[in-house]
Amino acid sequence: MREIEYRQAITEAITEEMDRDSRVFLIGEDIGVYNGAFKAYRGLLDRYGPRRVINTPISESVIIGAGIGAAITGYRPVTEIMFMDFTALAMDQIVNQAAKIGFMTGGDVDVPLVIRTQGGVGKGLAAQHSQSLEGWFYHIPGLKVVVPSTAYDVKGLLKTAIRDSGPVVFIEHKMIYPVKGAVPEAEYMIPFGKADIKKKGSDVTIFAYSNMVLKSLEAAEELERNGISCEVFDPRTLVPLDMDLLINSVKKTRRLVVVSEACRRGSVASDISAEVTEKAFGYLKAPVKIVAGLNTPIPYNSALERASIPQKDDIIKAVKGLP
Amino acid sequence: MAKIPGKMMIEMLEKIIRIRRFEERTIQLYKTGEIWGYLHPCIGQEAVPVGACQALGKQDYIISTHRGHGHCIARGADMNKMMAELFGKSTGYCRGRGGSMHIFDVELKILGENGIVGGGIPISVGAGLTCSMEGKGNVVVCFFGDGAANNGVFHEALNMSAIFKLPVIYVCENNMYAISMCSNDSVACRDIGKRSCAYDIPGYIIDGSDPVSVYETVCEAAVHAREGNGPSLIEAKTYRFYGHHPNDPAEYREKEEVEYHKNKKDPLTNFKNRLLEKKIITPGEIKKIENKINSRIDKAVAFARKSPQPELGEFLEEAEKN
Repeated sequence: MREIEYRQAITEAITEEMDRDSRVFLIGEDIGVYNGAFKAYRGLLDRYGPRRVINTPISESVIIGAGIGAAITGYRPVTEIMFMDFTALAMDQIVNQAAKIGFMTGGDVDVPLVIRTQGGVGKGLAAQHSQSLEGWFYHIPGLKVVVPSTAYDVKGLLKTAIRDSGPVVFIEHKMIYPVKGAVPEAEYMIPFGKADIKKKGSDVTIFAYSNMVLKSLEAAEELERNGISCEVFDPRTLVPLDMDLLINSVKKTRRLVVVSEACRRGSVASDISAEVTEKAFGYLKAPVKIVAGLNTPIPYNSALERASIPQKDDIIKAVKGLP
Repeated sequence: MAKIPGKMMIEMLEKIIRIRRFEERTIQLYKTGEIWGYLHPCIGQEAVPVGACQALGKQDYIISTHRGHGHCIARGADMNKMMAELFGKSTGYCRGRGGSMHIFDVELKILGENGIVGGGIPISVGAGLTCSMEGKGNVVVCFFGDGAANNGVFHEALNMSAIFKLPVIYVCENNMYAISMCSNDSVACRDIGKRSCAYDIPGYIIDGSDPVSVYETVCEAAVHAREGNGPSLIEAKTYRFYGHHPNDPAEYREKEEVEYHKNKKDPLTNFKNRLLEKKIITPGEIKKIENKINSRIDKAVAFARKSPQPELGEFLEEAEKN
């Protein structure tokens, strides 16, 4: 099968959906001639013109608000917030508006809105351009949260997000954009709430999402050589979450390590750990182990930056440390 | 005024009365405990929603605020469903999930009241994009208050609407108070309408107690928008006769100021007298309208009272799925 970059898989998903449905349009900062800050929109302005590729001023609240307003009046906007850190500027629109409309209208009104953004550590961008804030959105009922780790997943999930009744917070990772992966030429979609076992194993389940899937796979490979068989579980969407498959995996391996780049305090990882403990305590041979980011703003210095989030060796150490 | 047919004037008067009586009734019901939560009556401000909505067609959109009953009624919202919502009943606009601040009507193109001051302003840009992309000449009226005008989204939205020439009419209902903060103290340039020059769009500062003035101004802004020339900003000077909500005695306002507005600037009294003077309507006809509206509101209250509570099981099931 051909291999393409994660960012190109995004471009393909968008192109297929914009060709299919004239109600889909793009809106965000530097998405026109600049092709998006991470070059996921190459060629789209030429192909669709400025009425469907709407380049905006730096106005995050109104980018999301424009998406909401268009979504509730019949369009299917794909908004972009360049860095997840900047969603802080648009939180009222995301949390108080987009997430609430469906519920408060008693289901009368859908908000088919996609909020594309990216987060994560790895490029020396420091504390305001490196955060993993998925926990904020995970916490808010009414939002769906997607965290694709591969080119294949990002394409199939983005197509689903665009067709979803929404709103969807679609969180990419800045370190994965240039990573290539197998993506079929034929059209496909990936449903929300369906996890993917990225590697089968029998001794321990490693729950990881986004870039931590890639690090966990590296760790699993090395552990395999040491005779420890890891199952790498990628939920692909945090909301909805494929808890049934996770519980099944844990029942099989009887050990769980939850890996997350986000700060540990109040994190998705803590919640997953609690839920699995509650639902499968009797099956566990060891306490659930969390390997998460430190409770710190992300530092600029590369050694400090590396130390602030889990690395391959941290995952290996955690797995080896399990009784 | 000469251009406006008498029938339309009577229609506007009727809507002002409808809003006034609806709000008066909700305050009573709030005080007796049948309505709870927050309630923000717009008594004193009725001419703004009535004049503005009179200028719109069925396909145009409106975006409302926390003080939004007037906008909804002026747009033709069903008073049964409104009252039922205030009662938290399953037959309400939001099936009892939203209450006073969250009425939304897809058919009437009411894109929601809003519990967040300024929360609807960014959404107006998206509705404006829809109107612009569809190219059918529809417009959006975005209502907000003097308080919201000091929020950052005001600038973001007006700037973006202006650069994209979106058909949005920003109607600022300056009732002088953001809860207790007087707009004379909170707005650096005093007249919010003057800010239009920052966006190079038409700006109007009008008497919001006069529905005709509001109607004519919104008509002008709507023509401008429908022709593809972009947004306008209208500041309608108005006044809320009572507190921020029924439990607010509004002690932050001077008695003389309140009396002045109640005695000299009451949109209902003034408009009624104007139509009587011009012999557009007779006292008997007004009495008939009043009676009709009162019995309509009685009906709405009866409907709300006898409506069922929301299904608890259905709610729990839905929450489980989230």
